[in-house]
Amino acid sequence: MKFSKFAKGGLAAVMAMGMMACSNGGASGTASTTPAEGDAAAIKLGFSGPLTGDASVYGLAVQHAAEIAVEEVNAMDGVKFSLNAQDDQADPEKAVSAYNALMDWGMQVAMLTVTSGAGQAVAPYYQKDNVFGLTPSASSTGVIYADAENNANPFGTVFQMCFTDPNQGTASADYLKEHTELGTKIAVIYRSDDNYSTGIYNTFMAEAKAKGLDVVSDAAFVNSDTDYSVQVKQAADAGADILFLPIYYQPASQILVEANKQGYKPTFFGCDGMDGILSLENFDTSLAEGLYMLTPFSADAADEKTKNFVAKYQEKYGEVPNQFAADAYDCVYALKQACDAAGVTADMSAADITSAMVSQFTSMTFDGITGTSMTWSKTGEVSKDPKAVVIQNGVYVSVAD
Amino acid sequence: MNKVINTLFNPKVRSRTISFLVVIAAYVILTLLSATGHLSRLFTSLLVPVTAYIVAAIGLNLNVGISGELNLGQAGFMSIGAFSAVVVSGVLQAAGVGDILRLIICMAAGALIAALMGWLISIPVLKLQGDYLAIVTLAFGQIIMSLLNNSYVGIDSKGLHFAFVNNTIQMEQGGRLLISGPMGATGVGIASTFTAGFVLVLIALAVVYNLMYSRSGRAIMASRDNRIAAESVGIKVSQAKTLAFVTASCLAGAAGALYALNYSSFAATKFDFNNSILLLVYVVLGGLGNMTGTVIATTLLVVLPEMLRFLQNYRMLIYAIVLIVIMLVSNNEFLRLRMQMLRTRLKKKGAEADE
Repeated sequence: MKFSKFAKGGLAAVMAMGMMACSNGGASGTASTTPAEGDAAAIKLGFSGPLTGDASVYGLAVQHAAEIAVEEVNAMDGVKFSLNAQDDQADPEKAVSAYNALMDWGMQVAMLTVTSGAGQAVAPYYQKDNVFGLTPSASSTGVIYADAENNANPFGTVFQMCFTDPNQGTASADYLKEHTELGTKIAVIYRSDDNYSTGIYNTFMAEAKAKGLDVVSDAAFVNSDTDYSVQVKQAADAGADILFLPIYYQPASQILVEANKQGYKPTFFGCDGMDGILSLENFDTSLAEGLYMLTPFSADAADEKTKNFVAKYQEKYGEVPNQFAADAYDCVYALKQACDAAGVTADMSAADITSAMVSQFTSMTFDGITGTSMTWSKTGEVSKDPKAVVIQNGVYVSVAD
Repeated sequence: MNKVINTLFNPKVRSRTISFLVVIAAYVILTLLSATGHLSRLFTSLLVPVTAYIVAAIGLNLNVGISGELNLGQAGFMSIGAFSAVVVSGVLQAAGVGDILRLIICMAAGALIAALMGWLISIPVLKLQGDYLAIVTLAFGQIIMSLLNNSYVGIDSKGLHFAFVNNTIQMEQGGRLLISGPMGATGVGIASTFTAGFVLVLIALAVVYNLMYSRSGRAIMASRDNRIAAESVGIKVSQAKTLAFVTASCLAGAAGALYALNYSSFAATKFDFNNSILLLVYVVLGGLGNMTGTVIATTLLVVLPEMLRFLQNYRMLIYAIVLIVIMLVSNNEFLRLRMQMLRTRLKKKGAEADE
C-alpha cells in the first residue's frame, strides 16, 4: 500500500510537471535568464551552449560572463540587452531545438553557440532566417563557411570572437619555431575523433613540415580512452622535450598525471582548450606548473578592463574566469559597440538589425580583453594576436615576447 | 455496433487499428496546428526527429519485444543509414535530383545498406543468446561509430573519393567533403519533412504488424518463448531471429536517413551507446511488444526535455527524475490490475449486449 501511495504522488507530480511544461512551452517560449527592466527597450540577445553534461564548463563560463557583461552594459548609456541562455549539451540536434526556442522567444541578435559541432548545425539557420550571430568560442571553420573544405560560401551573418582551429595550429607552429628555448624535439598527442583537436593537429603538422620543425612522435587517442600510458611512453621514448597537446583540458590533465607517474618532464604546450585545467576538481595543479598555452586571454593581465572583469567574476562565481568566459564578455561588448554605432534599437526589424550589424562588424575595430584592435573579415573570421601564457605558482602569467 | 466492439477486442485488429489511428490523429492535429500558426518553432523543429526516433524504436521493439533479443546497437544501424544517406544525397544533389525524390532514394538506400549490415552481423551474432548477444551488439555499435568517425568521403566532378583515418583526399576545385571524420557530415542538403516522417512511421507500423501476425511472426514469437519447443516443431529458430533482426536494422537505417537529411551537420558520436540506450528506454517505457506504446513513449521522451527548458540548468535533473517516476508508475501492479479490471468489465458489457 505504501508503494502505491508513493506512485500516486509521483503520478500527480508528473501531471503537474506536464501541465507546467505545456503552459510554458506552448505560449511564450522560454523564460529569459536576466529579464532586464523595461523589456520593451532591450534587444533580445540569445545563445545556446552546454549548460549541462560533459562540456558544461564551457557553457556555464560563457553564461556567467555574458550575464556580467549584460549587467554592466545595461547600467551604461546606449543599448540594453536582455539575455537568454539555452542548453544544447553540445549536441547538434539539441542546438537546433535551442535555436528554435530562442526564435520563439523573439531573439534579435545572437552569440550563436559555445561549441563547434552545435554551431555548424545552426549556422545555416542563421543565414536562412537572416539573424546575426557572433560566437564566443565555436572555432571550427564549418561554423562560418558552408563549404569548410574550400573555405568557400561563408554564411555571411555568422562571426567569430575566437580564432579558427587551423589558425591555432599555425600560431602554435610559429611560436615553437621562434621559441627554440622551450625545446626542439616535439611530440604530439591529439584526440582523433574530435573536431577541435584534429583541426589544430592537421594544420600544425602541415606547418611544422613547412617550417622544418622536428616532430619526433605523434600519437592519437579517442574520447572513450582513459589510459594514456602508451602515448606518453611513446613521446618519452622518442626523447621529445616538448609535448604539444592540442586537446581539451580534461584528457590533458590525465596526460600530465601519467607523465608525472612515468617521471617524464617535457615542456607541455597547449592551445585554448587547455584553459580550465587549473579549475579542474581533484587535479593536482602543481603538475601543470610550467605548462605553456596559446590563448588570447590571460586573467593576470594588468589592464583595467581585465582586472574589473576578473574581480567581478571571482566575486560572483568564486573562480578565475577562463578564456571562454573572456570571449563571451568581449562578445557582449562588441555587440554593444556595433549596436550603438549603428543606432540599433529593439523595435527595428530583424533584417535591419542584421544588415546593420554585418556592416558594423566588417568595418569596426574593437578593443576587448581578449585582444586589442580586433577586426573581422567579410567571412566572419576575427583577426587578433594570440598571447602565450605559462602557469606559475598555480596562476596564468603572460609570457613576454 | 456490438460486432464492431467485439472485433475491436480482437487483439490483432485492435492493436493495429489503435496504432494507426493514434499516428494519423497526431499527424492531422499537428498539421492543422502548424498550418494555423499555433505551433511554436521549437515544436515544429522536433517533428522530424521524433518521427525518426519512433521508426528506430519500433524496429528495436520488434527486436527486443517480439523476438526477445536484447539489442544495444540500434543507434549503430541508425548511423549506417544516416551516413549512407549523406553520401547518396551528395551524389544526387550533384546530379540535380529534386528534394522529395532525393529523400525517398536516400531512405531506401539507408534502409537497404543497414539491412545488409544487419544481415552480415546477424550471422555470427544470432548464434549467441541473451547477455552475450547484448554485448556483441553493443560492441558493434561502438565499432561503427569509430569507423565512421575516421572516414572521409568527398565528391567532385570525377565522382566519390574515400579515405580512412587521415584525410588524404585530393579533389578538384569545387570538390566538397560529404563526411569529414570527427567533424561528421557537413553541408547536408535538408530534405526531410514531417509528412515524409509520418509516412515512414506508417510504413514501419505496417511492416511490423504484418510481420507479427504472419506465419514468420508466430515463428519468431515461438522462438522467443521457448527455443527448444519451437525447434522441436520444426521452426528454424536462427532464421526467425535473423528475420526480426534484419527488419529492425532496416527500419533503423531508414530512420537514420530521415534524421540525417533533417540536419545540415551532425557527427557519428551522436549515435553512440547512450543513443542506443535511449532507444531502449523508449521501447521499455512503451511496453515490450507494444507498438502504440512505443510511438507514444518516444514522442513523450523526445519532447519532454525540450518542454522542460524553462527549468534552465535543472532541466536534465528533472528529466531524469520524471523518467524514474514514469518507470515506477508504469510498472505499478496496482494500476495495472485496475486497468485490467476496467478492460474485463468493458468486454463483459460488449458480450452481454451481444446476447
